[in-house]
Amino acid sequence: MRKSAIKKLMGFGTAMMVAGILAGCSTAKTESKGNAAGNTIKIGVNMELSGAAAGYGNSQKQGIQLAVKEINKKGGINVNGKKKKITLIIRDNKTSTSTSASVAAQLVNKDKVNAIVGPATTNAGTAQIPNITKAAVPSVSPSATDPNYTLQKSGKVQPYVFRACYQNNFQGSTAAKFAYTNLKAKRVAILADNSSDYGTGLAKAFKKSYKGKITASQYFQEGDKDFNAILTSFKNKKIDAIYAPGYYSEIGLIIKQARQAGINVPIIGSDGMADPKLAQIAGSKSATNVYYTTPFSTRVANQNGTAKKFMTAFKNEYNEEAPTFSALAYDSVNMIKEAIENEKSADSVKIAEGLAKIKNFDGVTGKITIDSKHNAHKPIVVETLTDGKVSAATEIK
Amino acid sequence: MQIFFQQVINGLSLGSIYALLALGYTMVYGIIKLINFAHGDIYMLGAFWGYYVINVWHFNFVLALLSAMVVCGLSGVIIEYLAYRPLRHSPRITALITAIGVSFFLENGMSYLFGSNARDFPQAVKQVNYNIGGVRISNIQLEILLTSCILMLILQLIIKRTKMGRAMRAVSVDNAAAELVGVDLNRTISFTFALGSAMAGAAGVMIGLYYNSIDPLMGLTPGIKAFVAAVVGGIGSVPGASLGGFLIGLLETLVQSIGLSAYKDAVVYVVLIVILLIRPMGIFGKNVKEKV
Repeated sequence: MRKSAIKKLMGFGTAMMVAGILAGCSTAKTESKGNAAGNTIKIGVNMELSGAAAGYGNSQKQGIQLAVKEINKKGGINVNGKKKKITLIIRDNKTSTSTSASVAAQLVNKDKVNAIVGPATTNAGTAQIPNITKAAVPSVSPSATDPNYTLQKSGKVQPYVFRACYQNNFQGSTAAKFAYTNLKAKRVAILADNSSDYGTGLAKAFKKSYKGKITASQYFQEGDKDFNAILTSFKNKKIDAIYAPGYYSEIGLIIKQARQAGINVPIIGSDGMADPKLAQIAGSKSATNVYYTTPFSTRVANQNGTAKKFMTAFKNEYNEEAPTFSALAYDSVNMIKEAIENEKSADSVKIAEGLAKIKNFDGVTGKITIDSKHNAHKPIVVETLTDGKVSAATEIK
Repeated sequence: MQIFFQQVINGLSLGSIYALLALGYTMVYGIIKLINFAHGDIYMLGAFWGYYVINVWHFNFVLALLSAMVVCGLSGVIIEYLAYRPLRHSPRITALITAIGVSFFLENGMSYLFGSNARDFPQAVKQVNYNIGGVRISNIQLEILLTSCILMLILQLIIKRTKMGRAMRAVSVDNAAAELVGVDLNRTISFTFALGSAMAGAAGVMIGLYYNSIDPLMGLTPGIKAFVAAVVGGIGSVPGASLGGFLIGLLETLVQSIGLSAYKDAVVYVVLIVILLIRPMGIFGKNVKEKV
């Protein structure tokens, strides 16, 4: 269903583009393609600041603001020998696809931004593609994980769409490998978030590459608070582990209620869980024997200079531990900076070219390389929680 | 068999929350024929109030529960006074849309003021699990069941045995006639809002304690489910709302336990449609014929 909706949207987008091109013919365009840079570099933020995904959106906003503040403090971005500061234009898409499309139009046409960071979710992200493509302004989404997000319907890559996170297939198959090989789990129950492409996509990828037996797959909705019924039904299925891809707000509750119901098997999840709030919601005693795949590990971060600096800066700025979403958003801004410096130009078309060429970029979430499909490649780790604290981080190759 | 009883316990604790919320819907509807969509958000306010007083003023659970009931009761009265009273003589659709507006206002206002992240509720009561013949039940589940039942009993007593209760029943039958015989309409309606909202506040604190997670949008889904519960039980009927709440809780648990969790909300709404088709007045509702 989701897919068909996206397809429809893309179809609509193509129609809009055709209309745009036709309109362009009659008015005889004089200006060149894209938004050229002025005295400052304008970065637009199309973000979920209210509505269902506001929790993630606001974390990302913090990461973006921190990155911009740091860059501006150093005088700005070096564009061909001249330092230019960043002006940030933040707009709320209310976690709605139609608002996301209109916010994107506003950013590229009225605000004339040179690049966009966001949105956080695949659905809102897909909705902005027609408008930014028409205006030739690139976007970097910190957390849109659907494999098809950066691709056109024909399978060709979207020229102006990038992401700073993994795509689902990679993360799901890593979790499957980890469950089967490292945890020796032969029977797994899946409990996935059904309300986002993130949860369903990960569950699908896990199912495809897991070698053991999947004894049950159940789904929940974002905002659900009661998982007792589902967990009780898992009890007589002789499971070795639970795979629960989703965000910390629900997975925290699942962990709490599973332990309370006497289910003590490992619970494996995804990077949406990598947040200190997970252990707070689950209760630190329950958050034991919990694993999740993540690009950004606070433990690994201590050995990595870039990440360590970010962690301290974030703590000084906001008085809390940096969540994964903030780290990804921070990287998104710095990827745009890298692209501008490499291309020696802050024109939107040039930024897009630069983003596509990013290699071994030293990000907070690891060394990032953008591949031909505009996905970010970086190392992946599995973090282990014991008593609510990260007790081990295993790198999966 | 153990699993079955475990599921019944799960269903009952979920259902008691829906029942408490459904009471507020049903009472307000019974009196002014308004579906108060902001009701779920009052429940959210209750949870946040509990969070605040336990964390900052170190209230114990009972005190937090009672103070949340008072605060939510007050906010219910204020909402009625500011938003619904000026619209008393407008078409019902106007009031309904206003209720949705109030709901948005509360949700986004709280998100704006306190952030939309989920936060952990302070554990004011230490959790103990009892094991009765293989069925696990926690002291918090027992507390929720018990508190809900006591609150519903008190409510029933207020409605059936007090002067205010009689006034409420009179207004729900015919408000013009009630006013003629000396019932103060505004006071009665305010009182109804206070009672319903106090129930929602209690539910909010209990949910916070039980699930340990609260956020500004937490009232959205339970609010709608409770509305369904009220309709199933017979909107306007107090025992109907309680029964409807427990029924919806058990039904949802049943659907999830047989592996159809992806359809649990769908099943609840299908039941709503079936009830509306077969018995539109609900299980306990009276079929009132309109006289011309």
